[in-house]
Amino acid sequence: MNWLLAPLQFTFMQTGLLAALLVGVTCAVLGVYVVLRRMAFIGDALAHTALPGVVVAYLYGWNLFVGALVAGLLTALGIGWISRRATVREDTAIGVLFTAMFALGILMLSGMRSFRDFTHILFGNILGVTRADLLLISAMCALVLLVLALFHKELELTSFDPLHAQVMGLNPDLVRYGLLALLALMVVTGLKVAGVVLTSALLVTPAAAAALLTNRLPRMMAIAALLAACSASVGLYASYYFSVAAGSAIVLTCALLFGTAWLYRSLWQAGAAR
Amino acid sequence: MFPYGNRRHVDPVAGAPALELDLESVSYPGSAAPALQQVQLSVPVGARVALVGHNGAGKSTLLKAVAGLLPFSGRVRICGRPIGACHHRVAYLPQHGEIDWQFPIELRKLVLTGRYVHLGWLRRPSLQDYAICDALIARLGLAQMAARQIAQLSGGQQQRALLARALAQEAEVLLLDEPLIAVDAETRTVLATVMDELRARGRTLLVATHDVSGLAAEFDSAVFLSEGRVLPAAGGEPMQRQRTAAGPAV
Repeated sequence: MNWLLAPLQFTFMQTGLLAALLVGVTCAVLGVYVVLRRMAFIGDALAHTALPGVVVAYLYGWNLFVGALVAGLLTALGIGWISRRATVREDTAIGVLFTAMFALGILMLSGMRSFRDFTHILFGNILGVTRADLLLISAMCALVLLVLALFHKELELTSFDPLHAQVMGLNPDLVRYGLLALLALMVVTGLKVAGVVLTSALLVTPAAAAALLTNRLPRMMAIAALLAACSASVGLYASYYFSVAAGSAIVLTCALLFGTAWLYRSLWQAGAAR
Repeated sequence: MFPYGNRRHVDPVAGAPALELDLESVSYPGSAAPALQQVQLSVPVGARVALVGHNGAGKSTLLKAVAGLLPFSGRVRICGRPIGACHHRVAYLPQHGEIDWQFPIELRKLVLTGRYVHLGWLRRPSLQDYAICDALIARLGLAQMAARQIAQLSGGQQQRALLARALAQEAEVLLLDEPLIAVDAETRTVLATVMDELRARGRTLLVATHDVSGLAAEFDSAVFLSEGRVLPAAGGEPMQRQRTAAGPAV
C-alpha cells in the first residue's frame, strides 16, 4: 500500500490526480456522444484550433484559457454553421476549419519567432496544476456534466433519430451546437492535464472501449468513466515511478484498455459464432 | 428557436379538415430542382388516405413537407393551424433506414421518445408516460422484447416499435412512410388492426405505399403521384377519390 500512498504526500500529485480524474471522467461521459455520433475527429480538431486563441491571448496579455476557449467555441459554431442542413458534410467542415485555424496559429507564432512559451499548452503539464487551476477544472467539469444530465434526452434522441426530433419541434442543429460548445469547453479545460493535442484521446478512447463492452447508453457512460478514471490513475502513477510524461502515460493507458476491450469483444464474438 | 415542449399546445380550428395542402413546390436542401410540385389536397378528419407511386414519385417528400422536415412554398394547414403551431398533433413514422439502429438504446426507450413532445426541455418522463408506452408495446406484441437493444429486433419488430412510438405521441394526424415495406405477416396483421382502431378513434392517416393491391380494402381514398406531381385522372381532375357514404370507393 505504501507505493500507492507515497506519491500522494506531494501536493502537486494530489492536485494532479484530482485534475486528471475530473477531466478524464467528464471527457469520457461527453465522449460517448462523440463516438456514437461519429464525431471522433472533432476533439482533435478543436484542440488544434485552440492554438490561435492562445497566441492572440498571449500577445494581448489576456488569460490563455479564455483565448483558447473563445477560439474553440468559434470553431465549434463555425463547424455547426457550415455543416448545417448537410450542405457540407460535418467531417469536411471540421477538416477545413481545423487546418485553417491551426495554420493561423502557426502563422502568428512564426511572427513571434518563439514556440517555447506554448509547449505546455500543446502537450500539457499535469504536475503544474495549481489549486486555482483545479477549481477552474472542477467548475468546468461540473458545468459540462450538469448540462449533459439536464439535456440527456434531447442529446440522446438527436443522436439516433434527428428527424423525429425535428418533427417535434426540437431543432437538432441547436442541440449539435450545444454539444460542440461543450466539447470546446472540455478540450480547453483539458489543456493543463493532457495538453490540447492529447485531450482528444480522452474524449474518444474510453468511450470507444466502452462501446465495445455494452450496448446500453447509461452503462456505456459508466464504463467509459471508469476506464478513464483507471487510465488517469495508472498514467499518473506511471509518470511518478518511471519519470515519463504524465499526459502521454494517461493516453497510452487508455489505448491499452481499448486494446483489451477490443480483444475481449473479438474473443466473445468468436465464441458466440461457434 | 425553442418551440419544442408542451407550451406549444394549441386547439384545432373547429370544423377544419385534418390536413389541407396547397403546395407550389418542395425542394431538398442543396437541390435546385423541386422534388414535388403543385399538390392540392384536403383530407377530412378521420380519413385514411394512401399516397401511391413508384420510388422517387414524391410520396416521402410530401410526408416530410407535412411533417415540417422540408422547406416548401405554398400553404399547409394541420387541423386548421400552420405547421409547428402544435407539434404533438402530427406523428411521423419514417422509413426504416432513417434511424441509427445501432444506437445503444432499448425498444422501451425508443417508444418513450414519442412522449417527449408532451414534455419539452428539462422535464423527465413520468410514471404515466412509461405506463402509456408499456401498454402500447404490449398491444403491438413487443412486450417480450421491451428491454432489447433496437438493433437486436427484426425488421418487422422495428417497424412495430416505430408505430408504437407514433401512437405514444397521441397525435391526431399520423404520417406513415411505407410502413408495410419488407415486414413479416405478423407485423402486417398487427399494423392493419392498429390502423382500423385508429380510424375508429377518428385519427387521420396519410400513408405512403407503392403497393396497390390492398388500396380498396385498406384506404378511404388514394392520391397517385409520379415524378413529383399528382397524376391527373382522365377528366383532368387530380386522381384523388374520396370515401362515399356507402363506404370505401378507391
